[in-house]
Amino acid sequence: MRLELRGITKKFGSLTANDRIDLVVEPGQIHCLLGENGAGKSTLMNVLFGLLQADEGEILIDGEPVRLANSGDAVRRGIGMVHQHFMLVPVFSVAENVVLGFEPTRSLDRLDYARAREDIRSVSREFGLEVDPDVTVESLPIGLQQRVEIIKALGHDAQLLILDEPTAVLTPQEADALMAIMRSLTATGKSILFISHKLKEVRHVSDVITVIRAGRVIGTVPPTASENELAAMMVGREVSLVVDKTAAAPREPVLEVRDLVVRDDRGLAVVDGVSLAVRAGEIVALAGVQGNGQTELVEAITGLRHVESGSVLLGGRDVTNRSPREILDAGLGHIPEDRQRDGAVLSMSVADNLVLNTPRRAPFARHGTRNLRAVRDNAETQVESFDVRTSSVDAPLSSLSGGNQQKVIVARELSRPLEALVASQPTRGLDVGSIEYVHREIVRVRDEGHAVLIVSSELDEVMALGDRVAVMFQGRITGVVDPSTSREDVGLLMTGSTPAESR
Amino acid sequence: MARVRGLWDRYRSASPVTIALLALVLGLVVGAVIIIATTPEILNAWRGAFHSWGAPGHALKVTFDNVGAAYRSIVTGSIVDPPQFWHSVTTGRGWTASLTPLSETLTYAIPLVIASIAVGITFQTGLFNIGANGQAILGGVAGVAVATLVHLPMVLHLPLTLLAGIAGGVVGGAIPGLLKAYTGAHEVIVTLMFNYVASYFMLFCLLSTPLQLPNQTNAISRTMPGGTQLAPLFGTASGLRVNYGIVVALAVTVFAIWLLDRSSIGFEFRVTGANPHAARASGINARRTLVTSFLISGGLAGLAGVTWVAGTTHYIDQNFLQGSAGIGFTAITVSLLGRNRPIGIVWGSLLFAALEVGGSNMQANTGIPYDLATVIQSAIVIFVATPVLVKEIFRLRTLRAESIKVATAGWGS
Repeated sequence: MRLELRGITKKFGSLTANDRIDLVVEPGQIHCLLGENGAGKSTLMNVLFGLLQADEGEILIDGEPVRLANSGDAVRRGIGMVHQHFMLVPVFSVAENVVLGFEPTRSLDRLDYARAREDIRSVSREFGLEVDPDVTVESLPIGLQQRVEIIKALGHDAQLLILDEPTAVLTPQEADALMAIMRSLTATGKSILFISHKLKEVRHVSDVITVIRAGRVIGTVPPTASENELAAMMVGREVSLVVDKTAAAPREPVLEVRDLVVRDDRGLAVVDGVSLAVRAGEIVALAGVQGNGQTELVEAITGLRHVESGSVLLGGRDVTNRSPREILDAGLGHIPEDRQRDGAVLSMSVADNLVLNTPRRAPFARHGTRNLRAVRDNAETQVESFDVRTSSVDAPLSSLSGGNQQKVIVARELSRPLEALVASQPTRGLDVGSIEYVHREIVRVRDEGHAVLIVSSELDEVMALGDRVAVMFQGRITGVVDPSTSREDVGLLMTGSTPAESR
Repeated sequence: MARVRGLWDRYRSASPVTIALLALVLGLVVGAVIIIATTPEILNAWRGAFHSWGAPGHALKVTFDNVGAAYRSIVTGSIVDPPQFWHSVTTGRGWTASLTPLSETLTYAIPLVIASIAVGITFQTGLFNIGANGQAILGGVAGVAVATLVHLPMVLHLPLTLLAGIAGGVVGGAIPGLLKAYTGAHEVIVTLMFNYVASYFMLFCLLSTPLQLPNQTNAISRTMPGGTQLAPLFGTASGLRVNYGIVVALAVTVFAIWLLDRSSIGFEFRVTGANPHAARASGINARRTLVTSFLISGGLAGLAGVTWVAGTTHYIDQNFLQGSAGIGFTAITVSLLGRNRPIGIVWGSLLFAALEVGGSNMQANTGIPYDLATVIQSAIVIFVATPVLVKEIFRLRTLRAESIKVATAGWGS
């Protein structure tokens, strides 16, 4: 299938998410859409899959203009999508998930499981996608769940597959397997539109790379382009991320974890004996592919997840398995990974969100009664000093842009008396201006003598911000290195192997 | 002119108040349609409407007369009957008859305000208290028990009776609250079924020795002594039932405004209700919050129950808060109508009480069944719950985010 997008424009209020995007995917091609988080990749894919309607522009399939009013239209036209977050029913079997919505039936509307199984086996054989049709999806590892999504799309006879950041949740081995699958699919004439912001894999697997930034196509290049060229196109300047900071002057350890073991919801030890010390006046950046235990480690430190064994120390006090309240009061600032879920209440005002975890603290309340004037004054001050763009401090947080929502959270956490700050993916989805701002604030916290732990899956950010870089792989710290270490060596640590030089 | 323009803009911007008022209009339209479809006189007039000149006009007139009479009797039965009122003003007589409609509406609204605020507090915490009726029953039973079995001077006895009502409701709220906090039992199931437990517990008490009226085989309690009653506001001689319960209802409203808008614990309730994940990450103890919310809600529901007995009947029998008198159930819809906010709930309670009281008057005057009032109440709540529909019908501009915000957080959490 030959897909062509002409002049696609999509606006959300004042924000132009896609600005006159042109794109051509030839049959049998792996076409990569490369861009930073927030560049407009997902919006474009949602337009293409019929989940959003473009304000302007047209979509052509095999030269013929089509209108995709919903995802059903897209599926009928031969477009399949594998979402970053899988759309599977966990308690259903693989076969049930694959046929969901298009169930083959026998007489009297009975489900034809035999045919469903056979369909899966034939798709599996054809493209080398081995998976047992009878196991429940929730018992499968992430990589295989993704495979089920791909089979599901192929089962609907997709000629063009959209893969939205497919490697974000995969181990390197699983990612390699996925690349092989992608090749075997294109060998049969199917096209793939592959979304990513990871330079290495993009160059490795794509036939053509289109780079978008701030909603616009910056250029279309062959995979022979160097990583530096691609990075420059993505972020719009030569060196992607420079954080202006002096050398760290670390003192005593403030935030320490010792032999920490934490289990995830399925009972697997996802943090498996981690020891790490963050000293006052330094930034330790925790690198690693998403899903290697970083999230659970942070949850354990902040009291949101039970610690199986080992200990967490904050300013010399043992806070292992204490409540989030006690840990917050002990002086831990936390910028959560999923800010809209854990960090804020979107329906409440900016002012209320700025006191979300200190509602009972003076001067915001006395004897159980809130001092709304103090809450407001605090909000006016914070909005001013952290440059939050909002119509008023009484406006609901949902009316702010993602970057400004994050500024509200950063302002709240940094304006409390702190011992240490833990920030997870602090710049995910933010525009470049906000990223610089958040980075400056984090460095300021360090320079004031606090301990800072940053968790990020963006290698650029880790290398630029960290005074030391700890790499996590499968629940363990595989190495703690200097940020001047080569990206290749850090990349090796992220896959669990030991680089020659790190002795 | 600019002022008119401003009002028009406010109307078109679909504020929650606009939506509620338009829902009332739509509810009355639904009621009118039902009256038309079920009144033989109107139907006959329309059947003949196209046979002769002037007949359509006649049919229209019959329709308006009937619907008008029904709605007029709701208003005159629940607020004021202008001719009667004018008669009182000019002659100085018949004040009881003139003020009875308003007095009845207020009498009925008193426990409804309290019970609806009880329900609204749990809604704001993201919890469903479907058991307010059972808690109100327990409050009523406990209140009657303390009033009839303890002997004290009035200054102590009345407050103690009301406190007993609160305590009875707190017990009723503690059960689902603690079960949810410590075992994860879903509060909707527990509170819903608990209503039956409370009803049959009441029946048991009414048929057992200390509480049952002596020398009786019926399920009926002793009568509360005068010192434990909430006396009529204008004295027993006035013949008006509106009572000092109105002070209790106002106090509860002020308390709820403080609790939800100004207190730290209320802030934690609202954070928990709006986003439980953020609440937990912000150090809010989810377990304590939900138990506290249920205790306060249960206590207020119990107070609603005892306020009703102490202000009106002064005894309870097996029909206490049963069937259509179950204010704890009406409270759920009133709370939704008032968007779970105290002031909104006060207005919602007055409206529902007026429909309830006026509905009886309508049945007496026009023969249209009282149940029509319930239909109108239900229709109003349905329209309030679907602001998008109201917006479409009245061609309102964009909805404000707060108008379409679902009134309560999900069931699953």
